[in-house]
Amino acid sequence: MAVARALLVALTFACAVVCGLVFDQAAADAAPLDQAIAHFTADDFDETLAGVNEVAASGSARAEIIITALQNGKLMFSAEKKAVYIQDDAGNLTQAATGQTVGGAPPDDLDNVKINNRLRGIIAAALGQLTLLSRDPQKRYDAAQAVFKSRAASALPAVEAALAKETDGRIKRALEEARAAIALNRSGTSDPDKLAAIKIVARRGDQDALALLADIPAHESPAVARAASAAIGGIQTRLSVWEAVQNAWYGISLGSVLLLAAIGLAITFGVMGVINMAHGEMVMLGAYVTFVVQEAIRRYDPALFDYSLAAAIPLAFLFAGAVGILIERTIIRFLYGRPLETLLATWGLSLILQQAVRTAFGPTNKEVGNPSFMSGAFDLGGMVITYNRLWIVCFALAAFVALIALLRWSRFGLEMRAVTQNRAMAASMGIRTSRIDALTFGLGSGIAGMAGVALSQIDNVSPNLGQGYIIDSFMVVVFGGVGNLWGTFVGSFLLGIANKFLEPYAGAVLGKIAILVLIILFIQKRPRGLFALRGRAVEA
Amino acid sequence: MRAGSHILIRSLDRGAAVFLIAVGAIAIVVPLLNLALPNSSFIHVSTYLVTLLGKYACYAILALSIDLIWGYCGILSLGHGAFFALGGYAMGMYLMRQIGSRGVYADPILPDFMVFLNWKELPVYWYGFQHFPYAALMIVAVPGVLAFVFGWFAFRSRVSGVYLSIITQALTYALMLGFFRNNFGFGGNNGLTDFKDILGFDVRSEATRDALFVVSCLALMLGFLVCRVIVGSKLGKVLVAIRDAEARTRFLGYRVESYKLFVFTLSACMAGIAGALYVPQVGIINPSEFAPGNSIEAVIWVAVGGRGTLAGAALGAVLVNYAKTTFTSGMLAPYWLFMLGGLFIGVTLLLPRGIVGTLQHWTAGKRNRASAAAEEGVSELAAAE
Repeated sequence: MAVARALLVALTFACAVVCGLVFDQAAADAAPLDQAIAHFTADDFDETLAGVNEVAASGSARAEIIITALQNGKLMFSAEKKAVYIQDDAGNLTQAATGQTVGGAPPDDLDNVKINNRLRGIIAAALGQLTLLSRDPQKRYDAAQAVFKSRAASALPAVEAALAKETDGRIKRALEEARAAIALNRSGTSDPDKLAAIKIVARRGDQDALALLADIPAHESPAVARAASAAIGGIQTRLSVWEAVQNAWYGISLGSVLLLAAIGLAITFGVMGVINMAHGEMVMLGAYVTFVVQEAIRRYDPALFDYSLAAAIPLAFLFAGAVGILIERTIIRFLYGRPLETLLATWGLSLILQQAVRTAFGPTNKEVGNPSFMSGAFDLGGMVITYNRLWIVCFALAAFVALIALLRWSRFGLEMRAVTQNRAMAASMGIRTSRIDALTFGLGSGIAGMAGVALSQIDNVSPNLGQGYIIDSFMVVVFGGVGNLWGTFVGSFLLGIANKFLEPYAGAVLGKIAILVLIILFIQKRPRGLFALRGRAVEA
Repeated sequence: MRAGSHILIRSLDRGAAVFLIAVGAIAIVVPLLNLALPNSSFIHVSTYLVTLLGKYACYAILALSIDLIWGYCGILSLGHGAFFALGGYAMGMYLMRQIGSRGVYADPILPDFMVFLNWKELPVYWYGFQHFPYAALMIVAVPGVLAFVFGWFAFRSRVSGVYLSIITQALTYALMLGFFRNNFGFGGNNGLTDFKDILGFDVRSEATRDALFVVSCLALMLGFLVCRVIVGSKLGKVLVAIRDAEARTRFLGYRVESYKLFVFTLSACMAGIAGALYVPQVGIINPSEFAPGNSIEAVIWVAVGGRGTLAGAALGAVLVNYAKTTFTSGMLAPYWLFMLGGLFIGVTLLLPRGIVGTLQHWTAGKRNRASAAAEEGVSELAAAE
C-alpha cells in the first residue's frame, strides 16, 4: 500500500511537470486547499478537525493523498514556516498542497500532525467520501461501507454523485444502503423516506444494520418506530439463525478433530480392548513428523512447501504405526487380559515419549506452517469458513471412510474382525493372531499419527499436544460405544456440536465441564455407550 | 467390645505390627532429632527434612486409600487426587480465614484473592471455615459426599473396570478445569497460599512443623489400622471376592454395589484427610493437584510397593517420592520422567506383585511359581470381566 501510494505521488508530480495545463489546474485548486491545509499547522485537535473537513470539501485531487498521509502519521508540519509536508517512507518531504519535492534540509521544528481517536473516526469517514469515486471497485465498495458506518450527513452529496455513476450492482447496493443510513441519521428526512430507508437497511441484515436501527431515536413517529423494531426483529432472527449455523459448523469442525483423534483409539480400545494411554503421544509424534518434513522441505526445496502435508501424512502414518507395532511387541502383548495394568504401562510410556520429544526438540512450541491452499477463509452467507478447518473436516471423513472400507473389504480387515470376535476359532482357521494384534495396534497408532498431521495445522505443536486430546478421545469412544466405529463417528460429532452450542452460554471451560459431567451421567445410564454391542461379543 | 478387640488382634499380624512400630518410632525419633539436638550435630534432622517426611506420610495415607479400593476391591480410581485435593482445599480455606487482617490487603474477612478480584462479600460456601471443627468436618465430608454420590451412580449402573477408571479421570479433570476458574471462588490458578496460623500456632515455625509431622504419622497409623481391620474382617473377604469374581459374588447374594460404595467413600475420606494434612506442610494448594497425572502417579506408588498389601502401598509412596525428590532436584532432572515412565512399565511387566507383595510371595515359600502365576492370570481375567 505504502509503495503504491508513493508511486501515486510520484505519478501526480510527473504529470504536473509535463503538462502545464494541469499545473495551472493544480494551482487553481490550491487556493481553498491552502487555506484548509493551514489548519494543520496549529497543532490543535479542533483545528486539525476543521482542516480535515475543509480538505475533504475542497474537491482537490490531492485531498485523498493528504488525508491518507494524516491517517498514517506521515503528514508533517512546520509551525515556523507555516508549511505542511508529506513524508514518504524513505523520509523525503513533498509539499502537501502541490506534491512538489522539498529540497534541502528539513525545517528544524518538523513534527507530524497528531490525531486522536475522535479524529481517526472523522478521517475514516472523510476518506470514505473521497474514495467513493475511485477507479478501483473494491475501494469504492469499502468507501460505501465506511459511509454506511459513519452515517455522516456531509457525505450525502458524494454518495448521490457516486450512485448516479455507479454501474456495479454490488457497489450500487452498498451505496444505497449508505444513503439510507444517512437518511435515517439525519433530522430532516420525511417519514416515507425513512420507511424506505429502513427497508433498505433491513435488507442488509448484519450487525452494522442492527446497530444503525437500534440508534434510531425514540421520538420518531410510530410508523417509523414500528418499522424499525420490526426490522430489528427480522435481522435478529436472521443473525441468530446464522449464528446457530456457524456454531454447528464449529461443532462439526471440533467433531472432526475429535473423530481423527478418537478413531485410532476406537481401534485399539474398542476393537482390541487395549487401553492405550499413550495414544495422545502417537498424535503428537504425527505432528512432529509434519514439523520435520516441513523443515526438510524448507532446507532443500522451499518450492515444494505446498506438498509438505501430502508427504507428511503417509510418513506420519508409517512412523506412528511402526512405533505402535514396537510398543505392542515389547509391552502390550505381555499384558493382554490385564486392562488396568495396560493402562498404567502405557501411561508410563506416554511420559517417556513426551520426555523423549522434549529432549530431542525442546519444550517450546514448534512452528508448523499452513500450505497456501489451507490458509485464508471465505464467506458463506452470514458466516466465515476457514480453509484449514474445511480441509480437516474433509480429511477426517476421508480417513473414516478409508478405515471402514479397510475393515469391511480387505483381507486384513476380515482377519482382524475374526480375531476380535473369536480369537481361538480364528487361530484354528490359520490366522496368525499375534501378527494381527500387532498390525491392528499399528493401524490404530498410524491413524493417530495422521491425526497429528491434521492437528499440527490448527494446534500448537508441543510435547504436550497429545495430553489435550486423550481424555476427550476416551470420552468419545466410551460415549459412542466401545467396539463400534460408527458409534465413535456419531459420538465425536455429537460431542463436538454440543460443546460448541454450550460454549456461548456457559463459556469454554464451563461448557467443557458440563459436557464431562453429562458424559459421566450418561455412562451411568448406558454403561456400554450409545451404540452398545449386543450378544456374545459383549462377554468376550 | 470383645468382638472389637478380637478383630484388632486378628488384623495385627507380624508384618502389620512391624509397620506400626516403625512408623511410630519414626514419629517419635525424627522430631526429637530435630528439636533436641543443635544444628551442628551430626545426626540433627533439619526442619526441611521433617516437612519432607511429613509430606511423604501424607502421600502414604493417599496410597493406603488407593490400595484399599484397588488392591482389595479391584476398583482402579484414576481420580483419587481429586479427593486429596478437595480435602486440601477445605484445609486451605480454614487456613485462609485464619490469616484475617494480616493479608496484603488487610481485609479482616475476605481472603486476598477475593479483594483482588473486587469481591464485596464472602461467598456462602466459605462461611464457617474460620472454625476448625467445621473445617475438619468438611475435610472428611466433601470428598466423602462426592465419592458417595459418584459411586452411587457408578456402582449401581455397574460401571466397572477401565470404564470406571476413565470416568474417575474425567471427574478429576473436570474439577481441575473448574478450580482453575477465578469465579469458582477458590483463588483460580494461584490457589490458596500464604498461610499464617493453624489452631493459633505459626505454620512456619519448627515446632508446628514437627507437630504436623507427628499428626501425619499418627493419621497414617490410624488409617493403616482401619484398613487392616476392614481387610481382616468378613467385609474384607467379600471385597476380595468382588475383586476376583464380581458376578459370582453377586450371584451368591451379596449386594456388590453397597460394598463397593462403602469402601470407595471411606477411601475418599482418607484421601481427603491426607490432603488436609499435606496443605499446611507444603504451604499451598492449587488446581494442579487435580491434574489427572497426579492421580495416576499415586496409583503407581501402590503398584511399586505392592497392591493388596497396605504396608507396601505406604512404602511405595515413600520410595517413589524419595526418588522423585532426589532426581528432580539434581542434574538428573530431565531424566526423571524417563525413570518414572520406566517405573510404570517395569513394575507392571516385571514386578506385578510390587516389592512387598514379592517378598511376601517368597517368604510364603511357594515353590511352584508358575502355577501361582497362572492362577493369578485367571483371577485377573475374572477381575477384568
